Amino acid sequence: MAATPRGRRSALIGGLIALMIVAAIGSLALGSVPLAPARVLAALAGRGDPVATAIVIELRLPRTILGLAVGAMLGLAGAALQGYLRNPLAEPSVLGASNAAALGAVGAIYFGLAELNPLVLPVLAIAAGLVSLVMLFALAGRSESPLTLILAGIAVSTLAGAAISLALNLSPNPFAAMEIMTWLLGSLENRSFQHVWIALPCIAVGAALLLFDGRALDALTLGEDGARALGADLRATRLRLLLGVAIGVGGAVAVSGSIGFVGLIVPHLVRPLTDRSPSAILLPSALAGAVLLTLADIGVRLIPSTNELKLGVVTAFLGVPVFLAYLMRERRLW
Amino acid sequence: MVTIALDGVGVSLGRRPVVRDVSAVLTPGALVGIIGPNGAGKSTLLRAMLGLIASTGSIRIDDVPLSHMARGAVARKVAYLPQGQTLHWPLTVERLVALGRLPHLAPMSRLGDADAVAVERALKRAGVADLRERIATDLSGGERARVLLARALAVEAPGLLADEPLAALDPGHQIDVMELLRAEARGGSLVVTVLHDLTMAARYCDRLVLIDAGTIVADGTPREVLTPERLRAVYGITATIERHGETTMIVPTARAY
Repeated sequence: MAATPRGRRSALIGGLIALMIVAAIGSLALGSVPLAPARVLAALAGRGDPVATAIVIELRLPRTILGLAVGAMLGLAGAALQGYLRNPLAEPSVLGASNAAALGAVGAIYFGLAELNPLVLPVLAIAAGLVSLVMLFALAGRSESPLTLILAGIAVSTLAGAAISLALNLSPNPFAAMEIMTWLLGSLENRSFQHVWIALPCIAVGAALLLFDGRALDALTLGEDGARALGADLRATRLRLLLGVAIGVGGAVAVSGSIGFVGLIVPHLVRPLTDRSPSAILLPSALAGAVLLTLADIGVRLIPSTNELKLGVVTAFLGVPVFLAYLMRERRLW
Repeated sequence: MVTIALDGVGVSLGRRPVVRDVSAVLTPGALVGIIGPNGAGKSTLLRAMLGLIASTGSIRIDDVPLSHMARGAVARKVAYLPQGQTLHWPLTVERLVALGRLPHLAPMSRLGDADAVAVERALKRAGVADLRERIATDLSGGERARVLLARALAVEAPGLLADEPLAALDPGHQIDVMELLRAEARGGSLVVTVLHDLTMAARYCDRLVLIDAGTIVADGTPREVLTPERLRAVYGITATIERHGETTMIVPTARAY
């Protein structure tokens, strides 16, 4: 009786892991210089020719790892927030952490600090994400209601967004403004292992915190009273959730820029394949987010265009059909 | 077996006192009904007993102060069926009922065979086993109410606090639910239920607690509590009270001014 849903869940997770491996190999093999999978694998094993090794290890491997990790973090954060806020339109940016992290990065570019060392920008972005968390706590107070949290998140997010606009407004020359704009569009181009070492620990901590609370998120299906009557400690849940989103999404945005829609659409894509309980979509959303962002990043490299397309632009375009499908199902058009 | 002892319990929502100086010992083995007019503080009292809302005075579950108990410990002692619960995700009935097993699960573990048995038992007892594959949010109000009752039963806690479990049910299912609650109580559970239907309350409850304006105005057997004078004073109604052997019928006839 219980075997069928559990079997279906294993099949879903297995399928997503397989897709993730395919996407990762594709990301290592494809680009301006396409490499045969055999050469890619040889380079990974340390037996490749120097050209392939340089391309795969130095250029594409960090980019692939970041694509997987950032995508997984955004997908997971979206799933956790939709469950916690019981709102299918919640996404990682709703608590303001991603805008604040972007502001930290923009500050680094605006004041010229980013040129001092490639690590200044991501570190400042993570720091700004954590500052936004402190503001969020100060604004939302001890209340456990999701509404106060959303309102506080919007306040923080709007403030950070306004400050970003201010930086664009006051930027001394068009090139500085252009640099900020480009960064804001989101990309994984030219990322090195340094970026990986900055983002990965943050994402690991964030993901661990968010994966912990599936139980409480399930209980919240019955509302706050219902969840607490089932033994959920909502205060601890909220603390883990806020820390997880701020640290994980802050770390992700710090290296990739703002990449929208992944956290919003991925939970919608996987939910129909599960029993629809919030806990059941957490891990699949992380895996599907990794697949989606990696595929989008491959697309960015392959779509011919004069400037390389930015990842955030592609994901935004991907988001629209998913929402139209959702809308049509709600209206029962099909 | 579980006992809830209230001593001088008070609850304020904002500055407005909603429950005032309530003292009672709720014991297992007898079905306890809480009755009273709208806004009397019945639901608030139930929520206070579960620690879902801050209260003054003392609430002890099996002689342990509620404030000293972890949420999980309370959840394993007393199940709660709130009034008019909204469902936030379209889960299947079986999955929804399985939420009742959450208090028993260790962190990161899955539902085991014992949990599956408890879920099955709850589905059967609430008469919703044939709905198990349906999406709970698509059900009718009455079906959903019974599914939520099954969810509360699946906890298999020694105590059950049910807030208006009869709302939305047809007469047949009202009788089913009252018989189920009475059987649970007589089987050794603590069952406390908020009711509006005075005939049902008189017929099935072993003990009635009548609340008005946040305080207990009567506490005893239905025969002791439901007198014409009290109905007039508390509900502002005149009513015909007919007794046919064991059954009591209370038919409100008019507003009493």
